[in-house]
Amino acid sequence: MALLEIRGLCKSFAHVVANADVYLDVEAGTTHAILGENGAGKSTLIKMISGLYRPDSGEIALDGAVQHFASPRDAILAGIGVVHQHFMLIPAMTVAENIVLGTERQRDAATPRQSRLLFNRKRAAASVQELSESLGLPIDPWARVETLSVGMQQRVEIVKALYRRARVLILDEPTAVLTPQETEELFAVIRKLNQDGIPVIFISHKLDEVRAIASTVTVMRAGKTVRTAPVADATAAQLANWMVGRDVILQSRKEEVAVGDSVLEVKNLSASDDRKTEKVRGVSFSVRRGEIFGVAGIDGNGQTELVEAIVGLRKVNGGSVHLLDRDIGHMSVGERIARGIAYVPQDRQQDGLILSFSIAENLQLREVSKAPFSRRGWLTRAAARKRAQQLVEEFDVRPPVIDASAGSLSGGNQQKVILAREMSRNPELLVAVQPTRGLDVGAIEGIHRYLLQLRAEGRSILLVSLELDEILSLADRIGVMHAGEMVAVMDNQNVTRESLGLAMTGKWSEKEAIS
Amino acid sequence: MPLYAVLTGLILGGVIMAIAKYNPFAAYAALFSGAFGSPTAIGNTLAGAVPLILAGLGIAVAFRTGLFNIGAEGQYWVGAMAAVWVGYHFPTMPWIVHVPLALGAAMLAGGIWGGVIPGLAKAFVGAHEVITTMMMSYIAILIAHFMVENGPMMAPGYVPQSPTVAASATLPPILPAVFLNSNLSDGFFIAVAAIVVVHIVLFHTTLGYKLRAVGFNARAARYAGMNVPLYTVLALGVSGVLAGLAGGVQLLGVDFQLTDTFQSGYGYTAIVVALLARNNPIGIFFASVFFAALSAGSQIMQINAGVSANMTDVITGIIIFFVATDRLYGYWSQKMRPHRPSSTAAIISGKGESPQ
Repeated sequence: MALLEIRGLCKSFAHVVANADVYLDVEAGTTHAILGENGAGKSTLIKMISGLYRPDSGEIALDGAVQHFASPRDAILAGIGVVHQHFMLIPAMTVAENIVLGTERQRDAATPRQSRLLFNRKRAAASVQELSESLGLPIDPWARVETLSVGMQQRVEIVKALYRRARVLILDEPTAVLTPQETEELFAVIRKLNQDGIPVIFISHKLDEVRAIASTVTVMRAGKTVRTAPVADATAAQLANWMVGRDVILQSRKEEVAVGDSVLEVKNLSASDDRKTEKVRGVSFSVRRGEIFGVAGIDGNGQTELVEAIVGLRKVNGGSVHLLDRDIGHMSVGERIARGIAYVPQDRQQDGLILSFSIAENLQLREVSKAPFSRRGWLTRAAARKRAQQLVEEFDVRPPVIDASAGSLSGGNQQKVILAREMSRNPELLVAVQPTRGLDVGAIEGIHRYLLQLRAEGRSILLVSLELDEILSLADRIGVMHAGEMVAVMDNQNVTRESLGLAMTGKWSEKEAIS
Repeated sequence: MPLYAVLTGLILGGVIMAIAKYNPFAAYAALFSGAFGSPTAIGNTLAGAVPLILAGLGIAVAFRTGLFNIGAEGQYWVGAMAAVWVGYHFPTMPWIVHVPLALGAAMLAGGIWGGVIPGLAKAFVGAHEVITTMMMSYIAILIAHFMVENGPMMAPGYVPQSPTVAASATLPPILPAVFLNSNLSDGFFIAVAAIVVVHIVLFHTTLGYKLRAVGFNARAARYAGMNVPLYTVLALGVSGVLAGLAGGVQLLGVDFQLTDTFQSGYGYTAIVVALLARNNPIGIFFASVFFAALSAGSQIMQINAGVSANMTDVITGIIIFFVATDRLYGYWSQKMRPHRPSSTAAIISGKGESPQ
C-alpha cells in the first residue's frame, strides 16, 4: 500500500478550478515526480497536502489513515515535510535555531521542567548535529543561515523537515535556485533519503531532472493528473507531450542567417557592483547583425554587472561600449533605449514590469513619451490600447485582457508581455538575461521561437543564461565569463559541454583553445 | 472598502457613546444637523473641506509616487504666510492680479518648503522625506509664530497677529444670500479645479504615468529610463505646492490674517483624507467633505446632545484604524480567497488598487 494516497482531490477558487480529481500514490522509499507547466495545479496540490488549503472534496491518506488538516501545523505533526521554493528560514539565526524553531519544547518533553521554558542552545545544536550526521547531511549547527550558500540553506530546510519527523518530504521546485553542482549534491541527498525509506515528492517542470532522479512521474495538466508512469517507461518527448498536451520541439531549429557587421562593440569594459567590488574586468567582445551571442557562466561571475553596464543601469569604470559605431558608454538608459537597445531583465517582477499596472500600461513602460502611447505629453489611450490589443494577440498573452494587471499573470505570460514590449520596438540589439527562468516547457519554446525570429530578421541578440542547454541550442557564438573576465569566446559549432564547463570554472587555458 | 471603514467607525463610535450612557442616535442626529442642517451649516462644511481637499491632493500625489509627505501642515503655514504677506502689501493692486499673485506666492512657498528642499535632500543624500518634511514643518510653524510675535509681520498694536489682507486680495464668498454668514468662498472652486487638474495630470499625461510608475516600482522606472530623482523632487514639489495653496486659499477666503493660534490641523487631517480616499482625486473630495462635516457637526453635537466634540476624534481614529486594516474585510467576506497583495504600505502608496 502506498504511504501517501491522494484520492479525487478537488479545489476551486472564486472562478478558477485549480485542482480537479487529482490522484496520487506515493510509495515508501521512492522519488515521485510531479511534472507540470506553471499553473497546472502543482502548487495548489502541495498546499492542500501541507495543510495550507482545505480541499473541497477528496481525501488525503497517510499510511492508510485519512487525514484532515486544519492547518500546516496538523500536516507537520502528521509527518508531512515541505521544502518551499522560497526558503522559510530566519537569516540572522543559526542553523540549529532555525531547525528547532517552534518545536523546542515538544522535542524535549522528557527533559526537566526548567528547560521547557529556557531554550538550551547547546542541546539544540547537539541534537541537530546528531541528526544531520545520521542522515549523511553534514551541516554546521552554529553557522548563521545568512552566511550559507543557497544549496546549504536548502539542506537546512530538509534537515528541518526531518527534525520534525517528516515521513514524506515534498520538494517544491528544489533545483530552481541551485547550481549544477548543487543539484547533483541534492540528488545524492534524495537518493540517501529514499534508501532510508523516506519518499520524496519532487515538483518540477524540468524534464531532464525528473528523468534523472525520479522513479515514478505523475504529469499534471490544467488541474488534473493526466498520467502516472514509471520514469523508465517514458521518453522526454512523451513527458513533454503529456505536460502541454501537444508535441513540443525540444531542440530549437535554427535557420541559416547571414551574419553582418558588428552592432555592439564592447572593449576593455570594467564595472563594479554596488559594494564597489570590481565585477567586470576588461571584457571585450562584439555582437554582429543576425547573431545570437550567448554569455555562459556560473551565477555571480560578473554577467549581471556586464549587462547593466551595457544597458546603462550601471556606471562604467573603464573601457567603451559602442552601438553601431557610436559611443554609448556614458549615455543614460533613456538615450540607449532611443538608440535601439531592448532589454529583457533577469528579474521580471522587480525590474521588467510594474505589477499593479495593467498589461496595456506595462506595454508602454519604456517608450511612454513616444507615439502611439502619447502625443506632446498627453497619453493617447485609444491608440495605446489598440497597440496593446494587437501585441497581446501576436504574442499570445493569456488571458488576452489588456486591462488585467501584470501581477495577475503567470510568470510565462509576464515574460511574454516584456518580450512583446521589447521586440515590438524593432531594436538594433536585444539584451536578454535568463529569459526563460522559472518558465515551463511550453513557454520556453515560445520564447526561444521569438528570439530566433528576431535573429532571422537580422537583429542582434545578447543572451545571458545560466542554462547551458539554452545557450547551446540558441547561440551562434558563446562567451564564457569567469571571475569578471571573458575567459573564452567560442563558435557554437565546435564547442563541447566539457570545454564550456572547464571555461566556466576557470580551468580553461589558451593552449587548449588552440588545439 | 473605505465606506466600510467609515461605517465601522461610526457604529463603534455609537457603541462607545452608548457605553458612556449617551444616546448615539441623538448625537449623530445633532452631528448631522450641525454639518448639513442649514444652508449656513452646509456652507461651513464645504468651506472646511476646501483646505482638506487641497492638502489631501498634495499628499495623495506624493503617496502615488511612493513618498510620504508628512509635513503638509508646515507647507500650509508657509503658504499662508506668503499669501498674507502679498495680501496686505499691495493694497492698490486690481483683484485680478492681486489674488493670483498671493496664491502664486503661497504655492511657490509651499513647493519650495515641502518639495524642493526635502526632495533634493532625498534625491541626492538619501535623507528620508518623512523626517525632512516633518522637521521642515516644525520650522515653518515656529517661523510663523515669530512673524506675528513682535516679528516683521506683526500688525501695529499689542495683539500677536498680522495685518488683515487688502480687500483686493480676498476671495469673494459664494452666493452669500444662500449660504448666509458661512465661510464658503471662491476657494471652493479652486479646490474643485485642483481635483480636476490633478486627476488629468495623474491619469492622462506622460508626467502622471511616470510619477505613478516611479511610485509603484522605482527599479522598473529606472529600467524604463525614467529619471527617478527628478520625479521624486517633482512629486514632493507638487505636493508642497498644493499644501501651500491650501494655506493661501484659507487665509484669503476665510481667515484674512495670521493669528497666534497656529493649529489648523488641516495638514494632518489631510493625511487621513488621502488614506481614506486611496489617493484617488475624486475620492478626496468626498473624504474631505466627510471629515469637514465631522468637525463642523461636532460643536452642535456637544451643545445639543451633550457628547464631547472630542468624540469625533475617536471616530476618526477608529476609521483610520479600519482603513489601515482593510484586509480584514476581505478576510471576513471570503475566508479562502487567493492572496491579493494588499498591506498598509500598499495602501499608503496607493498600490492596493488599480489606477483609475
